[in-house]
Amino acid sequence: MHWIWRDGSSASPRFIIFLFVPLSIGLAYLIAFMNTLYVVKNDEKYKKLTQFWGRLFLLNFAVGVVTGIMQEFQFGMNWADYSRYVGAVFGGPLAVEALVSFFLESTFLGIWIFGWDKLPKKVHLAAIWLVAIGATLSALWILAANSFMQEPVGYVINNGRAEMSNFFALLGNKQLWVEFPHVIYGALCTGGMFVVGISAYKMLRKHQTEAFRASFSIGMVVTLVGSILTAFAGHEQAQHLMESQPMKMAAAEALWETTGEHAPWTVVAAIDPGAKQNAAKLEVPYLLSVLSYNKLSGSVPGMNELQAQYEQEYGPGNYIPPVRTTFWSFRVMLVSGMLMILVALLGVWKMYRGKVQNSPRFLWWMMPAMALPWLGNLSGWVMTEVGRQPWTVFGLAKTADGVSPLVSSGMVLTSLIGFTVVYGLLAAALVYLILHFVRKDDMAADASHKTHANPGNPALPML
Amino acid sequence: MLETLWFILVTVLFIGFFFLEGFDFGVGMLTKIIGRSDTDRRVMINTIGPVWDGNEVWLITAGGAIFAAFPNWYATLFSGFYMALFLMLIALIGRGVAFEFRSKLESARWRATWDWIIFFGSLLPPLLWGVALANLMRGVPIDQTTNYVGSFWDLLSPYSVLAGLSILLLFLLHGSLFLSLKTTGDLRDRALGFAKRIGAWTSGALLVFVVLSYFETDMFTRHGIFPGMVPVSAGFALLSVPFLIKAGRDGWAFIMTGLTIVLSTVTVFMSLFPRVMISSLNPDWSLTIHNASSNEYTLKVMTIVACSVLPFVLAYQIWTYWVFRKRVTPADHLDY
Repeated sequence: MHWIWRDGSSASPRFIIFLFVPLSIGLAYLIAFMNTLYVVKNDEKYKKLTQFWGRLFLLNFAVGVVTGIMQEFQFGMNWADYSRYVGAVFGGPLAVEALVSFFLESTFLGIWIFGWDKLPKKVHLAAIWLVAIGATLSALWILAANSFMQEPVGYVINNGRAEMSNFFALLGNKQLWVEFPHVIYGALCTGGMFVVGISAYKMLRKHQTEAFRASFSIGMVVTLVGSILTAFAGHEQAQHLMESQPMKMAAAEALWETTGEHAPWTVVAAIDPGAKQNAAKLEVPYLLSVLSYNKLSGSVPGMNELQAQYEQEYGPGNYIPPVRTTFWSFRVMLVSGMLMILVALLGVWKMYRGKVQNSPRFLWWMMPAMALPWLGNLSGWVMTEVGRQPWTVFGLAKTADGVSPLVSSGMVLTSLIGFTVVYGLLAAALVYLILHFVRKDDMAADASHKTHANPGNPALPML
Repeated sequence: MLETLWFILVTVLFIGFFFLEGFDFGVGMLTKIIGRSDTDRRVMINTIGPVWDGNEVWLITAGGAIFAAFPNWYATLFSGFYMALFLMLIALIGRGVAFEFRSKLESARWRATWDWIIFFGSLLPPLLWGVALANLMRGVPIDQTTNYVGSFWDLLSPYSVLAGLSILLLFLLHGSLFLSLKTTGDLRDRALGFAKRIGAWTSGALLVFVVLSYFETDMFTRHGIFPGMVPVSAGFALLSVPFLIKAGRDGWAFIMTGLTIVLSTVTVFMSLFPRVMISSLNPDWSLTIHNASSNEYTLKVMTIVACSVLPFVLAYQIWTYWVFRKRVTPADHLDY
């Protein structure tokens, strides 16, 4: 079970990326938008907001950006044989990501942070937009690489390895264009809910209520639009999955046997992977056909049939991913997404009626609701990565064959523990700092040009 | 042909990284060496504040370029130098976050903690890169299957540790000269004083390293590309630094340490060419640009991308240095 540690040690950087980077991308757009309002309306309120959210953004970005180095290095460290086998195609998007996106976002973020007094307003504004675009492009290229793992295209097997044969096929991968929008819309929700939750706290505490009502509204609208688009993009992705990775879909549905003409959707099930069956389940008739094909009829293949099919195609072996994990992560993602849409609908309705500031209970609930996008992002990531097992690259390379043959388990375990501990500590420091800033009611003092911020801590209860 | 071009491009990316992060690392270490107060340290960090992150991307891009253009090199290097890279990643991660977090609370303990992380996070990477480069030049145990069969401890020898110390000193010198250009008053005097003090040490360490290289590596004896004037020029550039400082030409002194870094990097890569990793077990098992490279098509695509994007990167990074060309003083807005 050597490779499980490997998988852990290379999966943990990617897991860490999904903790910090969606917030960076989403928040970058929200801040760019607030900064634009400041430049267009010339209203100091928006400058204060931009600087307040910018400060929180930077704290998170600092932790997220260093994962870029780890991501670029960890394939060679933990997956040497994998890198040798697919590097001639897989390495391309990663190099382009660094060249096109990392340079752009890192350089212009520096310009934006330090350039408030040094650049014309509009040039300064362009810098934050370039940061947002750079972060988005970064997601595009890393997902192009990930899509190759889900659905390899644009390569030929030559000299005993996969070699790139068509760059545009790689970039035009159908999987990429269902996965990328889903992730970006999810990132917008993450940024939106973050702004909503903290604005709600600020309104409850009566800190600069007018300014935070504005950011609350912006965040709420972005969350509403983002969450609905995420759902549609997700639906499209699921339909694509039916064609490209039916095994993942079957596992996500805990579907052992191929369904009849009208496939029901399983709400919950007691899964028994040993016996390859479900002890009990709750179903909604027709719904899986609708989800899979947009119509009431259409049979969906089950895992047992697919297993037999893959054995014929790829030789003996177990091609069924961990079913429970895939099934339940899919449901956690769905529930958190649906809840987010409901929250946003309710929020926008209350805003429209002008009742937000009179609903302290609703505002209070926005704080725990901040967790929803993270639940969605992480469980979605778990579903798509675990559901792909036993493959690293679907149909091409198995996870167990890709490891670095001469890197010992001890080293892998050391790095896994090391990175986990370091990121645990950094995440704790990050949360502490965010709470510290949010609890203070001196947005103006924070943003103003003072060498030292007010050291006095307002005696406010913990969040 | 394209393989050679990519070897050159990788060299260029490492030059960018060592030149730019060289002074970043130097400044990071100097915060503890010549920085006496919290304001000193804040000023020093702000001299690299707008640029260090972009500078670090040169390293990330070098990693990505090696992956795309020479997958076998990438796999062998990164899995072979596993623990060294792990330590470097931890250092870079801690340092990057520390720059952002250190000033966010007033607490002295909070700041001291992050300041130490900045110090060690800036100290460890130059040491490790020196060790790595020395091992690349000398060769490491690589078996028939192109896997590294040694351990982390095999990378450490007097020769490689000396390489680490030399690079550390060179970056300290580079960083203190950078500070002399970006700060004012007492802090600037201290930076210059420090540069004067370590100039001779740096030259001495590098000289011993070059002499040892004669015995430890084949760079002087191998038929291939003779580095010739390149290392000699690097030596002269470094030797000119103390005189330039004495003459008050700080800018030129900085350019000369930069030139030393550039030419030394070129020397290392020239002495490798066309090999990328030398096997100490059997010369036939060495990785070269030919047996480690990607296919023709991938290289072609990557060439087009790199050649169309890099000029823009260079342009906007140079523009950044122009925007932040002024010296940083304690009177500036420092609290970012």
